[in-house]
Amino acid sequence: MAAKKDKQFDPVETLHAIEEKFEMFQILNEEGEIVNQDAVPNLSDDELVELMTRMVYTRILDQRSISLNRQGRLGFYAPTAGQEASQLASHFALEKEDFILPGYRDVPQMLFHGLPLSMAFLWSRGHFHGNRIPEGVNVFPPQIIIGAQYVQAAGVAMGFQKRGTKAVAMTYTGDGGTSQGDFYEGINFAGAYRSPAIFIIQNNQYAISTPRMLQTAAKTLAQKGIAAGIPSILVDGMDPLAVYAVTRDARERAINGEGPTLIETHCYRYGPHTMAGDDPTRYRTSETDSEWEKRDPLIRFRKYLGTKGIWNEEKENEVIERAKEEIKEAIKVADAAPKQKASDFIKIMNRGELPYNLKEQLDIYTEKESK
Amino acid sequence: MAQMTMIQAITDAMRTELKNDENVLVFGEDVGNNGGVFRATEGLQKEFGEDRVFDTPLGESGIGGLAVGLSLTGFRSVMEIQFFGFLFEVMDSVSGQLARMSFRSAGAFHAPVTIRAPFGGGVATPEMHADSLEGLVAAQPGLTVVIPSTPYDAKGLLISAIRHENPVIFLEHMKLYRSFRQDVPEEEYTIPLGKADVKREGKDLSIITYGAMVHESLKAAEELEKEGYSLEVIDLRTIQPMDIETIIASVEKTNRAIVVQEAQKQAGIAANIVAEITERAILSLEAPVLRVTAPDTIYPYAQGENSWLPNAKDIIETAKKVLTF
Repeated sequence: MAAKKDKQFDPVETLHAIEEKFEMFQILNEEGEIVNQDAVPNLSDDELVELMTRMVYTRILDQRSISLNRQGRLGFYAPTAGQEASQLASHFALEKEDFILPGYRDVPQMLFHGLPLSMAFLWSRGHFHGNRIPEGVNVFPPQIIIGAQYVQAAGVAMGFQKRGTKAVAMTYTGDGGTSQGDFYEGINFAGAYRSPAIFIIQNNQYAISTPRMLQTAAKTLAQKGIAAGIPSILVDGMDPLAVYAVTRDARERAINGEGPTLIETHCYRYGPHTMAGDDPTRYRTSETDSEWEKRDPLIRFRKYLGTKGIWNEEKENEVIERAKEEIKEAIKVADAAPKQKASDFIKIMNRGELPYNLKEQLDIYTEKESK
Repeated sequence: MAQMTMIQAITDAMRTELKNDENVLVFGEDVGNNGGVFRATEGLQKEFGEDRVFDTPLGESGIGGLAVGLSLTGFRSVMEIQFFGFLFEVMDSVSGQLARMSFRSAGAFHAPVTIRAPFGGGVATPEMHADSLEGLVAAQPGLTVVIPSTPYDAKGLLISAIRHENPVIFLEHMKLYRSFRQDVPEEEYTIPLGKADVKREGKDLSIITYGAMVHESLKAAEELEKEGYSLEVIDLRTIQPMDIETIIASVEKTNRAIVVQEAQKQAGIAANIVAEITERAILSLEAPVLRVTAPDTIYPYAQGENSWLPNAKDIIETAKKVLTF
């Protein structure tokens, strides 16, 4: 049936018009060539080297964490390889006073925001010392409930706004997380109050085994920002310069009182969902894997910095060696943490005096533990 | 002293704390300009400004998230859930997040948050407004749950709740909002959380109760006095943690007890109280501890409330069973 020409409305056309607005923003292509000269962020050579250093360090950390997990020397671990640009270039756009509300895969951002590596290892093992965030490090322990970090980020951002602090709340979720109610409520609340929040969706194509296309009919995840009436952008999540540029831009607008931004980083995780038995060969093909490996953020950034003459194999090996050494040290520190007792758990239940039931139980367990 | 209804005493408590502490924020659906659907926040936005007392989008989970985030930036939130039946929308923020703030950060962060919510039957509300869900939150480690039954208690307890460093659920029974007035001091005062109040002294049987059932229990005690029985009525005021000392002292004196709640038998907290008494004072008991509760159905259709909600008559009946056991 042919469409009537005289129709006064066309919701299909509206949808397509919106979808067309969300083109992938890229600065650095797979060959490490600048494809968008005007958008190249203003980063010094030292800063570029530092960003590369962090990305290499994190790749090594991922490899070592997987291996330590297999040896039983780490517990819960969600692999990060492939997402270095998405995680570290977005974090690189932050300042120390900014507050990060990470998901469970977002440990690297916490580390470069000031969390000691040994604490990240203790968090992985399930030890409360890992979660006792040091004073002045503006991060929350990794959030396990997918979406909760989004509504909480709206609250932190509102707090900064009320205090008059020139800082942002930044939070991360995955592609699957965009289907949660809290995802929508979070961006909508921050939008309604024009709070300084940056919401990042790391679209790594799969929520465990469920492909991104099964989450929603929306062509992009970035366009979900429209529902909250907030600016949103789709960015090549394997391109560190593009991720940095859009995040920095979002931060500028946020601290200038212009409200939150939603950023979709289009990326890929090379490893399994977590180390708890997920087998990606059940739902991914090796063709897809190798196609994404060509887009590796390290490869293109290495090439780019190489042509600028500020990165070489020697430098990279130094970073790798340092990472391995620091990981070894951090594991030792984690090993030295005292065993947790039931009485420890009682003592951290609340601030101030314990309620009667916990006082009673503290006595009981202290007695048991003294034997 | 001023004669106040419970709702006025609640407003007065919030006004007191908004004045005392600039970190106190009051927010929820329609709590600002409108002054709340029950007028609990009447006049507060005008007095303290939109920055301190503000409306939110209609999203309970988002409201809970705001409270978490504001805690991380040093604020003291008093958030309202319009009706406690809407708790399910914000259960993760309440039980999954706020209750665990201190624990999951090993003390690095904490959540000085008061969650105010009306509940309770007898006023013919529509579905999911009157349900007694205190048992759900009382079962969550990390939460304190307060249910006042008088204007005087409401003010003192709410001030304590707002000053508490950990999350407190403050449940306000709708039937008690304006049902009577009481002398309430105009100055600030606090009532410690976790402390019960003996609303009537007696020596033959202890009634342990809270919320609207306090008043039904007092009615029942008055009736039974005419038959020569002396009943003690303990208003728990805080249902989690419970004031075990007061409960046990009373049971050891009267040797008989019943527990009265508006919630269904499988819900509420009555079973906890029976268990505590059994563990701590079984040798004092002359009879089993019986419960007065609602039946284990979904909260009734409005026109059926009177035949469903427990009342003084049910309490008299159960008290007599225990008294003559």
